[in-house]
Amino acid sequence: MDGAHKEEEKWDLVIQPRRLWFDLHLRDLWCYRDLVGLFVKRDFVTFYKQTVLGPLWYIIQPLLTTVVFTVIFGKLAGIPMDGVPPFLFLLAGNVTWGYFAGCLNETSNTFVKNAGIFGKVYFPRLTVPVSVVIINLVKFSIQFTVFLCFYAYFIARGAAVRPTFLLLLLPVLIFQMAVLSLGSGILISALTTKYRDLTFVMTFAVQLWMYISSVIIPASSIPEKYLPIYMLNPMVSVIEMFRYAFFGQGVVDVVYIVVSWVVTLAILSGGIILFSRVEKSFMDTV
Amino acid sequence: MPNKVIKVEGLSKRYRYGAIGHGTLYKDLESWWARIRGKEDPNLRITEHIGPGLEGEWFWALRDVSFEVQQGEVLGIVGRNGAGKSTLLKVMSRVTTPTNGVIKIKGRVASLLEIGTGFHQELSGRDNIYLNGAILGMTKAEVRSKFDEIVDFSGLEKFIDTPVKRYSSGMYVRLAFAVAAHLEPEILFVDEVLAVGDVEFQKKCLGKMEDVAKEGRTILFVSHNMAAIRSLCRRTILLDKGGLLMDSATNQAVAYYLSQNLIEGAVASKEQIESRMEGLIRRRNPFVRFREIALLDRSGATKRSFHSDEDIIVSVSFECLQPIPQIYIRVTVVDENAIPVLESINLDDPIATQDSKQFTPGVYNASCVLPKNTFGGRQFYLTVHLVYLKTEHVFVNKILEFDVIFKGYNSRYEVTGDVFIRPQLSWTIQPGCREQLNASPK
Repeated sequence: MDGAHKEEEKWDLVIQPRRLWFDLHLRDLWCYRDLVGLFVKRDFVTFYKQTVLGPLWYIIQPLLTTVVFTVIFGKLAGIPMDGVPPFLFLLAGNVTWGYFAGCLNETSNTFVKNAGIFGKVYFPRLTVPVSVVIINLVKFSIQFTVFLCFYAYFIARGAAVRPTFLLLLLPVLIFQMAVLSLGSGILISALTTKYRDLTFVMTFAVQLWMYISSVIIPASSIPEKYLPIYMLNPMVSVIEMFRYAFFGQGVVDVVYIVVSWVVTLAILSGGIILFSRVEKSFMDTV
Repeated sequence: MPNKVIKVEGLSKRYRYGAIGHGTLYKDLESWWARIRGKEDPNLRITEHIGPGLEGEWFWALRDVSFEVQQGEVLGIVGRNGAGKSTLLKVMSRVTTPTNGVIKIKGRVASLLEIGTGFHQELSGRDNIYLNGAILGMTKAEVRSKFDEIVDFSGLEKFIDTPVKRYSSGMYVRLAFAVAAHLEPEILFVDEVLAVGDVEFQKKCLGKMEDVAKEGRTILFVSHNMAAIRSLCRRTILLDKGGLLMDSATNQAVAYYLSQNLIEGAVASKEQIESRMEGLIRRRNPFVRFREIALLDRSGATKRSFHSDEDIIVSVSFECLQPIPQIYIRVTVVDENAIPVLESINLDDPIATQDSKQFTPGVYNASCVLPKNTFGGRQFYLTVHLVYLKTEHVFVNKILEFDVIFKGYNSRYEVTGDVFIRPQLSWTIQPGCREQLNASPK
């Protein structure tokens, strides 16, 4: 018995039909960390080599959306924006949401987009969505800079906004968005391998998600009794905190932060489990 | 003491024909709703109409395959297309999971299932070396230490900072193989890399594999190239329909494979050709495909046994799937070791070349006459290549077998015709020795 056990242990790799749910191989991901870096570099170089219009579009897009939102929701619908200038209020929401939605959309088609390479060589599939989340930070930092410019401009013009100590938590907020978009993105990417029509629903669903994520309607305008349910959406807390950091206005509460993190981590674990289940059998279904 | 590095036990892999499920949430919901109401599932009809054997049927790509590999061994894996060779390597390299069975591996594994995976067009050769290396499992530091060697092997020093989109396909392959060849894994899986690249580069690749083997590393080598298998592997396994048919010394396995691979009769059908077809195949958008290859006599009857005083007509039917300006058909008569004896290309004939300048989609037949009084009395085999420019090159090796019975040119002597070529040549016999004849020209 003991001898047989020793024999088993000598093998470096044992490939067998997958039976366990929690057979995740997360250590592999660490071994391939250089690959994540190189994927990021690849995407950065391709991004850099685009025409001027590509990067410029990243600036135009949130600005244009914000202008439209300002006219519709600020001027016409008259939604109260916590006393912050509507344009700045909506720009903050759009820029943060933009990062989240960008990561989500891109990670959600991990399998479909990489079917060719996945079918030929093994490497931990998670390296792809992880690198997407990192490379999207480039796009985010461009848009964030735009936001900072407008922020400075509005302060100079005497808008009643002031930064708060929560600014220190900004990296944590971005990290949480990265984790959340990664989690939900890989969850969806695993589902879309089985159900192709989910891809079409996705775009629509992300749009809807935005409307209940406090991008336009601040949590302070939500009726008190619905607020606990509303806060179950982890993105609400993130965007509220982001705006609190810059404007000093927003619904921020330790309980909500904890809830938001719990939901985020639950989605991430669900995503990783489903993703690693699919990554093994995926090649047989496409 | 020999050291086992790979142990495969009862390995099976099952695929399902068609998609798993309906592929869309909508249809799954529709079926579910129909079932709840006790009605017939509207998505079921596919199974019934196509009949048994298709939708929902299982297909075993590998069936209960078991073998072991010792350290430093170069194991050949042969079998027809669809025998399960590639599936075996895919399962072993973790691209897909087995349905049953266990594979145990000792040491670092690298696979060259398809080289150049993950190359990015916009990136330079340098960046692609790093990226490709990382995809194949190397760390940045490892690639860096090997970088000069890789560039040297590829012979692309001058172009290393050029984006690979400007590379020719040959350069691309060379760079890709160079990266893969320097992986330094303990175990290497190789699948058909030698089908690409020029002859010189192929030799270089084979040489590199020999070096790797000499260093005590283990190689699993899948190929249709029997010469390469023979020169590299001492032991070979033969797969057939997913099962392990033979596990023996290379010569034995290859000989068995070749004998089993022959087609009875003088006509190779489309299916028979496709199961044996090799080469550079662009699956998505093919230009040309074989339809039928047959051996005929002058009367048009198919046969595989000819007298040496009969013309042998090789008839190659092919289908053009897209309009193409020119096609290249090469008919080669080879011996049992696949050594070429005689060869002819359609473009050799200026009249035929002139007549066929444009091919619209459709089926064509090309025939080539191997003139009488050419061959000796022997067994020959036919290899046919079909090429469209550089993009498509398919061929079937030794697709048909034929005998020539040597008749002799007259009956005054004993017939000994066991040679490849036995044409009737002209002779002169004169009195005198050579010097005398030269001195007084006729």
